[in-house]
Amino acid sequence: MWVSRHKKLRNAGVLGINERNVSYISRYNQRQNFPLVDNKLLTKKAAVAVALPVPELLGVIESPAQLKALPAMLDNQQSFVIKPARGSGGKGILVISQRSGEHFFKPSGAALTFAAIRHYVSNILSGVYSLGGKPDVAFVEALVEGDQVLGKYAHEGLPDIRIIVFQGFPVMAMLRCPTSDSDGKANLHQGAVGVGLDITRGTALKAVQKDRVVTHHPDTGVKFADLVVPNWRKLLELAGHCHDFTELGYLGCDIVLDQQRGPLILELNARPGLFIQVASGIGLRTRLQKIENLARKDWHVDERISFTLSHFSDDSESSSPESDDTPSGLRP
Amino acid sequence: MSSRAQVYLLALVFIASGIGLTLYKHFSLNFPLSPGSLTRVWEVEAKITFWATQHAITVDLALPQSQDAYPIIDETFTASGYGFDIRKVEEQRRAIWTRREANGQQTLYYKLKIARQGPSSLPSAALKVAQIPDKLIWTPAQEVTANTLITQAHALSADPSSFASQLLKLLNEHESVEGSHSLNDPRHGVSHANLALQLLTRAGVGSHIVRGISLANRVHNEAASELLEVYDGRHWQIIDPVTATFGLPVDFFIWQRGGDSLLEIEGGRGSKIRFSLISNDLPAKNVALMHAQEPNSALVDFNIYSLPVEKQAVFKLLLLVPIGALVVVLFRVFIGIRTSGTFMPVLIAMAFMQTTLLTGVGLLTTLVIVGLWIRSYLSQLDLLMVSRIAAVLIVVVMLMAVLSVVSYKLGLEQMLNMTFFPMVILAWTIERLSITWEEDGPREVAIQGLGSLTVAIVAYMAMTNALIGHLSYNFPELLLAILGIILLLGQYSGYRLNELFRFNSAIEP
Repeated sequence: MWVSRHKKLRNAGVLGINERNVSYISRYNQRQNFPLVDNKLLTKKAAVAVALPVPELLGVIESPAQLKALPAMLDNQQSFVIKPARGSGGKGILVISQRSGEHFFKPSGAALTFAAIRHYVSNILSGVYSLGGKPDVAFVEALVEGDQVLGKYAHEGLPDIRIIVFQGFPVMAMLRCPTSDSDGKANLHQGAVGVGLDITRGTALKAVQKDRVVTHHPDTGVKFADLVVPNWRKLLELAGHCHDFTELGYLGCDIVLDQQRGPLILELNARPGLFIQVASGIGLRTRLQKIENLARKDWHVDERISFTLSHFSDDSESSSPESDDTPSGLRP
Repeated sequence: MSSRAQVYLLALVFIASGIGLTLYKHFSLNFPLSPGSLTRVWEVEAKITFWATQHAITVDLALPQSQDAYPIIDETFTASGYGFDIRKVEEQRRAIWTRREANGQQTLYYKLKIARQGPSSLPSAALKVAQIPDKLIWTPAQEVTANTLITQAHALSADPSSFASQLLKLLNEHESVEGSHSLNDPRHGVSHANLALQLLTRAGVGSHIVRGISLANRVHNEAASELLEVYDGRHWQIIDPVTATFGLPVDFFIWQRGGDSLLEIEGGRGSKIRFSLISNDLPAKNVALMHAQEPNSALVDFNIYSLPVEKQAVFKLLLLVPIGALVVVLFRVFIGIRTSGTFMPVLIAMAFMQTTLLTGVGLLTTLVIVGLWIRSYLSQLDLLMVSRIAAVLIVVVMLMAVLSVVSYKLGLEQMLNMTFFPMVILAWTIERLSITWEEDGPREVAIQGLGSLTVAIVAYMAMTNALIGHLSYNFPELLLAILGIILLLGQYSGYRLNELFRFNSAIEP
């Protein structure tokens, strides 16, 4: 039974963690480039430096002494997010969606006092959420106001779009929709729904919650089949640019859609998970190898997007002509 | 060279050298590969007694050679007031004791330990036919008898070896040749073998005496056994002078092959050499170690055995850590079990080794559960993280102290070893698990906790396995092989076992 499963997965081009680590992350991601993406604050600053849109930074708390500055920082903010710069796996993110005076409310409606927030920040500083318990830095950013189109696919939280970018080519994408199970977080382990997206169009392929295929959002009841992510090409371009400034060959790019500002880079991941294959029902290896086999290396972002659009449509996976390396964007 | 090729090359070199050194130690230095094997060791004592005659004394004793079948693993010389030296004369080692003057009865001891390494056989070194001096003084009648014996044996035989056997038979059957027993008269103080040797020499057959001890029998205060060796033109043949049978007896330790005499004493009289024997079954490793105390065994010289005994015990434990690490790697790479802290299970397994498994699992579970409960209360107090972990640590220590005292009163001695639990790491694990609980829920805590426990138990079982323990301690070079295997595993890019299930829905419509 195991042998046949193994064979099936292999034939479907599903990438395993060992292979991801050995053949892609360690081969295409330089160790020296990791800190840039492992530290969200550095990512944010680097993205801003190349004029890529990110959620607005409200302030940074680097040491317990700076906790005094926290009240002033939060003074005029009705909603905000506090994050550890080096939190692993989305750990330690506190979302305040509403505020009345000294009372802060999480999206779930739970109230927090200022003292509780202060304690939370001091926990972040002492490294509770960072890998290996190293002292960390906390930062506050503006809460992204989710786009209306995607809003109905989320319960309480904000859906985000994970795009896997290989050597600058977007290869696979997935929408992560918070549910009541996941407590408003777009965390798949905790029960958020992963919706595989057609990388060429931004439409839904399949939706999976905790290893079960679902057709409707469990809380809002909206059908996933109708889902179309607006501004899809712009999202792909943003993801493509992320490769350029991080210089990481194998990258997970998390993007949110802001109502006013459009797509924003939320964070980057040098070791993106493989659940995206389950959500899409497509193996990654085939696409990655297609890019590895390209003879030309110095592709411009637009050319790379065009390549993706013309080669990774899910129904033409095997039929697309291999020789057609001409970016379609350059055609008349 | 690509990094992949380098890994394969390194792994190959490591594994080959690790296994190669191990096999070398096994086959050349006789280190046993399995823990239980015993080697028979004989302690032979040669006791030399004589009366000193107030002259300068020189005692000259032939010493045995280390043989393939019976390597000498230890030898000691005891004689107070004597100068001592070992000389080598034509491949024959001789011990020389010297003293200017002594009076009365003298006793010297030579003790050696030999181990059995294989079936007894003759040393392969070729011997030359030596001239044997004629030491016997015979009456004319005896001369005649001797010549008759030789003539008869000659007539009854075809070659030197059959001649020797016939001659010995005739000599032993006193009736066949008249007066033959007069040659054999014990009053002459001539041994049977010496007599036969003289006759063979007279007949022109190359021969000498082989002295030794039969290890098969209980030997106590006995003279050396004597055998004859006859040269048949191509090979030397051993023949027993009493039974006239060919071949080396079973378990016969050759002390001296050829040569003049076993013992020569100047300045003394009434000299005797008597042998005693005790046999013992020792662990094969100890024997190999004793045997390896020779200067050319650098492999053993730069070894853990050269450390003081109590430090060796520490290393015995340390050398098992790579085994635990290998178990962790196997579990993570092939199965994909999630653990709390990568190598924490190895530390836990080491603690289990001190507490025994069941007690250890019980204690650990208790400590973690109580720790998590305390941590959940502490989290309400809004403490700084370092203080919180320190508080958990202190509670864990107090809990250990209480459990120790209680278990001691209850007579559960092995619980006292719980101090071997890595407390700081335990406190950190509790903190980590507690955050996991808050962030990912109790299910994830159960998965990670049980995962860690499973890996720790398997690592414990591997580390307490008698064979693995024996191999890792006695063949530390096997660490190289483990290193090579781990390097290879680092290249493994196949699916993990859990992925076969996890990704199943990726390929199902």
